[in-house]
Amino acid sequence: MATRVGIEVSIAIADAVKLANPDVVAAYPITPQTHIVEHLAELVANGELDAEYIPVESEHSAMSACLGSAAAGARTFTATASQGLALMNEVVYVAAPMRLPIIMAVANRALSSPLSIWCDHSDLMSVRDTGWIQIIAENGQQCVDNIICAFRIGEDQRVLLPVMVHLDGFTLTHVIEPITFPEQSDVDKFLPPYKFPMPLNPDKPVAMGDFAPPVIFTETKWAQEMNIRASKKVVVEVWDKYEKAFGRKYSPVEKHHSDGAKVVLMTMGSVGETASVAIDEMRDEGQDVGQIRLRLWRPFPFEELRETLKDTDVLIVLDRAISFGGPGGPVASEVKAAFYDQAKKPRIVSFVGGLGGRDITVAGFKDMVKKGTEIAKSGSKNEYEIYGVRE
Amino acid sequence: MEKYAVYVPRLVKKRENFAPGHRACIGCGEALAVRLAFKALDNNVVVTNATGCIEIIASQLPFTTWHLPWIHTLFENAAAVASGIEAGYKAMKRKGMAVPENAKVVAIGGDGATSDIGLQAISGALERGHDFTYICFDNEAYMNTGIQRSSATPFGAATTTSPAGKKSFGQFSWKKNMPEIAAAHNIPYVATATHGYPFDLMAKVRKAVDTPGPAYVHILSVCPTGWRSATDTVNRQSRLAVQTGVFPLYEVENGQYKMSINLPKLRPVKDYLKIQGRFRHLSDDIIQQIQERVELEYQKLLEKANNVTKRAKSKSKTGTAKASAR
Ligand SMILES: Cc1ncc(C[n+]2csc(CCOP(=O)(O)OP(=O)(O)O)c2C)c(N)n1
Ligand code: SF4
Ligand SMILES: [Mg+2]
Repeated sequence: MATRVGIEVSIAIADAVKLANPDVVAAYPITPQTHIVEHLAELVANGELDAEYIPVESEHSAMSACLGSAAAGARTFTATASQGLALMNEVVYVAAPMRLPIIMAVANRALSSPLSIWCDHSDLMSVRDTGWIQIIAENGQQCVDNIICAFRIGEDQRVLLPVMVHLDGFTLTHVIEPITFPEQSDVDKFLPPYKFPMPLNPDKPVAMGDFAPPVIFTETKWAQEMNIRASKKVVVEVWDKYEKAFGRKYSPVEKHHSDGAKVVLMTMGSVGETASVAIDEMRDEGQDVGQIRLRLWRPFPFEELRETLKDTDVLIVLDRAISFGGPGGPVASEVKAAFYDQAKKPRIVSFVGGLGGRDITVAGFKDMVKKGTEIAKSGSKNEYEIYGVRE
Repeated sequence: MEKYAVYVPRLVKKRENFAPGHRACIGCGEALAVRLAFKALDNNVVVTNATGCIEIIASQLPFTTWHLPWIHTLFENAAAVASGIEAGYKAMKRKGMAVPENAKVVAIGGDGATSDIGLQAISGALERGHDFTYICFDNEAYMNTGIQRSSATPFGAATTTSPAGKKSFGQFSWKKNMPEIAAAHNIPYVATATHGYPFDLMAKVRKAVDTPGPAYVHILSVCPTGWRSATDTVNRQSRLAVQTGVFPLYEVENGQYKMSINLPKLRPVKDYLKIQGRFRHLSDDIIQQIQERVELEYQKLLEKANNVTKRAKSKSKTGTAKASAR
């Protein structure tokens, strides 16, 4: 029987990692990720999780140790946030082309400066092009489910890619939520033992991480791109299997009354729950509005998005990061690219908000939808707007 | 010389772990040192290699010079990668999963990867006590990127970022003492070696790898390209570094210092400096400064080694452990 308990989301993530039975955890503490790794250290110290916990001296070394452990064939987990993710950036890039299925939870937090420990997606965007599969969780339950799915997705022999599970710092990491935990025996059935096909082994020597001259570099990148594109099928397949085993369904683009709605609000991360309350209230008031949430950030679900929004007139996208001096919201610009060459496309309005932990309330989302609809009608040429900024 | 021809094949096995056919410059002392180091080991070794000359000359898709499992990821993280490999094997073994029997992890890097950009990762891995060996192949500059100074570049040496000029005599700082830094971590084994003393080098690498826990070996590796010296004198340069006291050979075993070679008298440093283009510009005054510094450092080292000998003697005489008089 699955058990449902009230638990802090960070602790729940550590418990989910424990259910996946990793061999190595290498991590360095940073707010708001700390409770995840502290609890993992505790599980190892108590003998509840049989793994090596490497208390590394930096995030750069955390991800480097993960490379080594995954290359040795060990199931490997780490977690970080913000400056930690920025410090390990160089190493994050190495994992995907080397086909090392490391799993990492990222407790999203703004990047300095000014220093902020609170949530936005500037750290998430800093690793956009690292080649990792990236899943965005919206609540504690989704964190637990997707941590377990991440191991199965990354380790699938057709994929062999690292996977990040993003969750909003504080709004998720530090809140207590009711969460249903799968039984260990069911997780064991769902997640087969990890077998890395080409581990470092003196009996069968391999060379990993050779340098590539121009004559072959392009081909390695092409292979990497084909690899992550093809992984989308497996992500969906694993989510379907997860639904069959545990009853909770995930998909790359999740819909909330968006079918047929003329105005749709698009969110990514924990604000989606507040936004859906706003959407429900507006629908009760008789407005033709809906919502979609992006669950899969990489590989980007182009087809699913086009299909979902085929009848939409106005799409309002909320970003929690800015591409400075560029198009504004990174998610919005991606969505615009997805529709650029489509014959029928919604008018796309880009808002940036919720930076450095700034709240957007239910009333705020209602206002945003109203404003967004007006901007769409007015034909404004503004690239984007920072919601609620005092200029 | 003839004697060597007879004995060497008997002393050293034929098997190479670092094969010929790589892309090192002619006379590369670093490639020679790497070859000797890994010849000293069996094939139960996993290598993690920092970016630098050795990585670049020995790997190019789709080729490799290594007969051992080998991984390169970045410049400053070879020791951290080693921690992960060691921990991975350890956990998997404990959990009854298939892992290679008795596999040894060896991290290697140049002086830049070791004394500069990777120092933090090395310190972390040594301090955490992973069972691995770190070998620094010290050619005293960033050679792979074109002979820029590192903190291991010796005082007075001209490099592309510490050039000699009207207002500069080259490298303005004294060589960072990396073996001492490693020893300060209280790890079980630290040693220095150089390819001019091949059997000493091989014995030390072997000992380091056989030592449970972290071990560190610092190998002076002559780079004729970067040192602007003759390619047929690399072993002579290596031996002169030792005989002048510039690069003393010693071991630190569980904190006990031991000199590897007994030198009744040091040769003048000039003998070593004058055959290298990187020191060509030095005035007698600077050379004198180097001479004094080398003697001072050598003396400090001898005292550490002598103290150990004294302590051991006094201990055996009285049969009780006395605090050594410092
Ligand atoms: C983070 C980072 N900074 C700089 C470089 C450029 N780089 C590559 S190798 C190297 C120097 C290597 O010097 P050393 O470690 O002494 O090895 P050597 O080539 O001398 O054997 C440098 C500066 C890099 N690859 N990565
Ligand atoms: S630059 Fe020096 S260390 Fe590098 S390959 Fe050439 S001789 Fe060897
Ligand atoms: Mg060097």
